Amino acid sequence: MPNEVIAEFKVTRMSILDENGIADVALMPELSHEEIRKMYELMLLARAFDQRALALQREGRLGTYPPIMGQEAAQVGSAMAIKPADWVFPSFRETGVHLSLGYPIAQIFQYWSGDERGQLTPDNLNIFPFCVSVGTHIPHAVGAAMAARYRRDPIAVVAYFGDGATSKGDFHEGFNMAGVFRLPVVFICQNNQWAISIPVKEQTAAASLAQKAVAYGFEGIQVDGNDVFAVYCATRNALEKARGNGGPTFIECLTYRVADHTTADDAGRYRSSEEVAAWRARDPILRLERFMAAQGFWSEDYGREARSRASASMDEAVHEMEGFPPPAAADMFEHACASLSPRQTRQQEGL
Amino acid sequence: MAKLNMVQAINLALREEMARDDRVVVMGEDVGRDGGVFRVTEGLREHFGAERVIDTPLSESGIVGAATGMAAYGLRPVAEIQFMGFIYSALDQLSAHGARLRTRSRGRYTCPLVVRTPYGAGIKAPELHEESSEAIFCHIPGIKVVAPSGPYTAKGLMLAALRDPDPVLYLEPTRLYRLIREEVPEGEYLTELGRARLARTGDNVTVIAWGSMLERVLKAVEPYSADVIDLLTLSPFDAETVLASVRKTGRAVIVHEAIKTCGLGAEIAATIAEDAILHLRAPVLRVTAPDVPVPLGKLIDHYLPTAEQIRAALDEVLQY
Ligand SMILES: Cc1ncc(C[n+]2csc(CCOP(=O)(O)OP(=O)(O)O)c2C)c(N)n1
Ligand SMILES: [Mg+2]
Repeated sequence: MPNEVIAEFKVTRMSILDENGIADVALMPELSHEEIRKMYELMLLARAFDQRALALQREGRLGTYPPIMGQEAAQVGSAMAIKPADWVFPSFRETGVHLSLGYPIAQIFQYWSGDERGQLTPDNLNIFPFCVSVGTHIPHAVGAAMAARYRRDPIAVVAYFGDGATSKGDFHEGFNMAGVFRLPVVFICQNNQWAISIPVKEQTAAASLAQKAVAYGFEGIQVDGNDVFAVYCATRNALEKARGNGGPTFIECLTYRVADHTTADDAGRYRSSEEVAAWRARDPILRLERFMAAQGFWSEDYGREARSRASASMDEAVHEMEGFPPPAAADMFEHACASLSPRQTRQQEGL
Repeated sequence: MAKLNMVQAINLALREEMARDDRVVVMGEDVGRDGGVFRVTEGLREHFGAERVIDTPLSESGIVGAATGMAAYGLRPVAEIQFMGFIYSALDQLSAHGARLRTRSRGRYTCPLVVRTPYGAGIKAPELHEESSEAIFCHIPGIKVVAPSGPYTAKGLMLAALRDPDPVLYLEPTRLYRLIREEVPEGEYLTELGRARLARTGDNVTVIAWGSMLERVLKAVEPYSADVIDLLTLSPFDAETVLASVRKTGRAVIVHEAIKTCGLGAEIAATIAEDAILHLRAPVLRVTAPDVPVPLGKLIDHYLPTAEQIRAALDEVLQY
């Protein structure tokens, strides 16, 4: 008897806005000029944060910082589709998501300056703490989605992570549960093609990361991660599907980490400057600028103004951050647990 | 003789042993092309090839689990976990398998595996990059745990770990990586596992430390007449050397940068109480981090034991 085909799958890539800033009108999401301007300005804000953080780190005013440069469209585009009641589980390289959702800028600086208090998410946002241990937060998003469904809350949950995270057991365990329970969760992978010095080709033998979802019984899609419209569309669709009980989705955003892994890294040791230059030319901000210019709502003056507004926001935030009083030593104990043991109390008093 | 820092000393040990023994392979995240995030494996891939210096996917459990299989098959893998804070997902592999393979197979299979990991605080790195959770691993029978305190012992311990027939967790104190330079001979010398080193001798008090705390202890005790014991192997620790010193001095202070509760200091203090209590002239004191998660950079100096705290403990036992 011939073998039967028991599974076949296709993985598609979505793109709307090409490198020259020309959009496929048939696919273009309904976005007003004002909304597109907001996307653009948030991407500039994210870029400005990055540049400021790198400068502050060089001056010793900030600790190790992981830049997001090149990933602004993946972060802003996806975050723009998230609603305030949704829950977000970030990794450590989602500054653009935090900024888009309105996380206080000064607090992001504060966190990277080595001050825990930057992690206190404002009450109006449902953002989990930065997850430094790669991929380990993926099951948390799955659990939150289970809880939301139990409560009949009409929300969705979003987890962000990188290409490297897809090699962790937590990724696979979380994905499997999300599939088994058909949970309202959207997984967003920023495939920036590097996990420190490991290129994505050495991270997986699969042709795409998106197809990993197929094995767990749900949809995986790749999008051009430097195309803010495609990222927005894919995320919005996936979130709507999740809220409508349609189960999980995995979105792989194909993008690129233009800068070093962190300020402690030297990417020149393991990748070519030609590769980096090629991706710099595919800059997501430039692409959107070209689109807006062609549509007649971008000008040099507006671009300059928007950049200087972003830069002014950074001035203000850095000023605010540097005005925070240093944390007291006793702060280590403040949130160690709900009530301190007698020994912890003695230790705190003895500081 | 060349003066090397600890990064260079560990690199030299790996290089020499790889040249001597083709069963030795190095694996982990970024250990190859990048030479490791601290450059400990720098140049090894160029020298020994990608087959022996393996850049792995980002999979701690996979790294230690695969290394266990390689070791059982007859190789001598050196698996790197990039920071100790990321070892926990490999704890299952270490504790349920690496440590027990010999037992479970009645000696048919063994696990001569070295797991290297940078550990310890004081480098102003992000969360989970400054952990010191050695006690968790000392609580697992079947695994040895070692922590060098300088370049010389780093090389000798690495060579000894590579020759050991059972799994060894090799902890590299990041704060000392480039802080201390020492003469490190080329060629073979083994720092025997399970043996402590008297880093300084004195009469009135015994101070026990390891890894990055040793440097701090040596500075703090300068005005005192103290035996300073550099434990080197944390499990099984050298009780004989500790007890002999305590019987002589009658006082003991244990310094570790891990938290106090259930830290390795508790085990050492209990051993002293069991076997040398009648020689004690003062309670055994511990100088440790407080029982809280390792804080970020801004508070780390309040977390790590200080020279003043060490001296205060010494004064307390001396004046008891
Ligand atoms: C579990 C774990 N292992 C190792 C590390 C060290 N590390 C930090 S980021 C990183 C690479 C992550 O790559 P990826 O998931 O692609 O995210 P990216 O850094 O590209 O945003 C590694 C190995 C870590 N933080 N957590
Ligand atoms: Mg990546």
